[in-house]
Amino acid sequence: MTAFTRWIGVILLVAAGGAFAAETGLRLEPAPGRRLDNESLQRGARNFVNYCLTCHSAQYMRYNRLTDLGLTEQQINDNLMFATDKIGSTMTVAMGNADAAAWFGAPPPDLSVEARVRGADWLYSYLNAFYRDDKAPSGWNNLVFPNVAMPHVLWSVQGVNKLVETEYEDREKAEAAAIAVKSLAKVERAGDGKYVVKTLAQESPGSLSAVEYEAFVADLVNFLGYMAEPARNQRINFGIGALIFLGILFAFAYALKRNYWKDIH
Amino acid sequence: MQKMLNWIDDRFPLSALWKSQVSEYYAPKNFNFWYFFGSLALVVLVMQLLTGIFLTMSYKPDAAKAFESVEYIMRDVSGGWFIRYLHSTGASAFFIVVYLHMFRALLYGSYRKPRELLWIVGCFIYLALMAEAFFGYLLPWGQMSYWGAQVIVNLFSAVPLIGDDLGVWIRGDYTISDVTLNRFFAFHVIAVPLVLLLLVAVHLMALHEVGSNNPDGIEIKDKKDPLTGHPLDGIPFHPYYTVKDLVGVVAFLALFSVVVFFWPDGGGYFLEADNFIPANPLQTPEHIAPVWYFTPYYAMLRAVPSFLQSQFWGVLVMGAAVVILFFMPWLDRGPVKSIRYRGAVYKIWLAVFVVCFLVLGYLGTVPVTVWGQFGDMMGAADRATVVARVLTLVYFMFFLLMPWYTARDKTKPVPERVTGK
Repeated sequence: MTAFTRWIGVILLVAAGGAFAAETGLRLEPAPGRRLDNESLQRGARNFVNYCLTCHSAQYMRYNRLTDLGLTEQQINDNLMFATDKIGSTMTVAMGNADAAAWFGAPPPDLSVEARVRGADWLYSYLNAFYRDDKAPSGWNNLVFPNVAMPHVLWSVQGVNKLVETEYEDREKAEAAAIAVKSLAKVERAGDGKYVVKTLAQESPGSLSAVEYEAFVADLVNFLGYMAEPARNQRINFGIGALIFLGILFAFAYALKRNYWKDIH
Repeated sequence: MQKMLNWIDDRFPLSALWKSQVSEYYAPKNFNFWYFFGSLALVVLVMQLLTGIFLTMSYKPDAAKAFESVEYIMRDVSGGWFIRYLHSTGASAFFIVVYLHMFRALLYGSYRKPRELLWIVGCFIYLALMAEAFFGYLLPWGQMSYWGAQVIVNLFSAVPLIGDDLGVWIRGDYTISDVTLNRFFAFHVIAVPLVLLLLVAVHLMALHEVGSNNPDGIEIKDKKDPLTGHPLDGIPFHPYYTVKDLVGVVAFLALFSVVVFFWPDGGGYFLEADNFIPANPLQTPEHIAPVWYFTPYYAMLRAVPSFLQSQFWGVLVMGAAVVILFFMPWLDRGPVKSIRYRGAVYKIWLAVFVVCFLVLGYLGTVPVTVWGQFGDMMGAADRATVVARVLTLVYFMFFLLMPWYTARDKTKPVPERVTGK
């Protein structure tokens, strides 16, 4: 009987915390998460203010919060603040929403918590997934976010990629080929039961090598992850302390219970 | 000290209350794992109230500022992230604990005579909790908050004849807006918590009147010590169960901390990714899913086909799925209470019911296309929808056939006194 109830309990608990994988035709590249690497985060902050903060705001993020990353307020003021001279300001942009909508079709989203909406892997893959597309209004398209309004801002850094499409007879072959690519690859159903694998190939190089560009994007995504939840490291540190405390408390509580209950049979 | 206590006791029955409700409230000595969840629910309730008070100090119930104020709490308020994660994780923990608490009642027949009212009050608590969670979920004013509320309020608009007016009356507007946010805030922070507290007080009073059930499902009050008049199988709640529940509370807090500190999103189930996008009335998300604790009912709602050009049947089924719980004490005609002495039929039904509830819960979180479509033979219907329909039927059969299968089930003899755990 107890085995039965225990069994049901296990099902309930598993379901309560259950996560279920979803199926898509695109395998995201895992972002190298380095939440404790301050140098990576500082480089990410630099990349962010240089390339993103012209169009995308981060209106819930204050400049002086960047002291979390081991920077002094003077360093922040000298190297990272172009739009304001007040260290307590949030990261806003001068571009108005109406202008942005007119230029890009939609205002660029605020990036304060974008990493919590999309996830680090998505952002990392997305920034690696731009390719030249003459049919798109901006001249650029993206494997992760098809027909995105955003042009490839980092093209001078990454260089120009083109789309390579290879057709396969059936789904299994296509998926095997997509895995063999070992970088971004998207499997799509083509006409008459065939499947097409879309990958990217470099057409002309940028100012960084492929490896350097991936590191550049990794730093940027690392920073976006930090910015989405600046208290993350503090949270994890607190958690370790809390669990140690509760572990000790549990030992005492359990001993107390044993002692009181020794006469109950 | 004693003098002060005497002074109080002359004016207020402090010692008498302590004695009757705690130190001389006799509880069965054979409570097992499943009996932790009542006290845990109380702990979570207190935690939600306390963290809620502190969140209210910094939150702004204003459509233009709500989302921003939540980020302000997460970033600029000292310890704000901690309070907020306690509260957001607490909401899910509340439902986990309450579902397990209710499941305990199903296992051991805790809703049976003389505990019918205790069960009914508990069902009202569950209803109030659902209302509390629903109102609270709008407050962060993210995309899921907004569209989730839109979907739920639209359910009321499906009521025939008065539906449209009812929807406007609930929202205070033709769409979810600042007005709605303000009234939901009022309900979430004061109206429903008051109801909840009152119901919990009544639940506890009813419990202490009839006494706790136990895993053997027998009444300990039937066998009393002739000298003291206390139940032979009972032990005073304090200190025995206070120290035992303390162990449960600490273990619970440890698990809870794992989520709060290392996994606050709960894999997207406790904090949905789309809710980090500010509410946008002009942009409907591709896939609207309520938070996990509502998804079994949501799956039922979606499974019911529209009939006579009305979606109201789905709403009716969803409502009935909750209301039917109230009738448990009279649906169950088994000669024994506890699953320990029931026959195989009830055990199988209960297991099927649990699987049903969990699978429906899963289906409510995903788009109906998740398992693809059946072939043309089946009219190319979505597989998930068909499965949800079958499971909805089974969910109701568990209750509606209960008078029949519980009465016919072979049972084992019930012991005179409680057995070990």
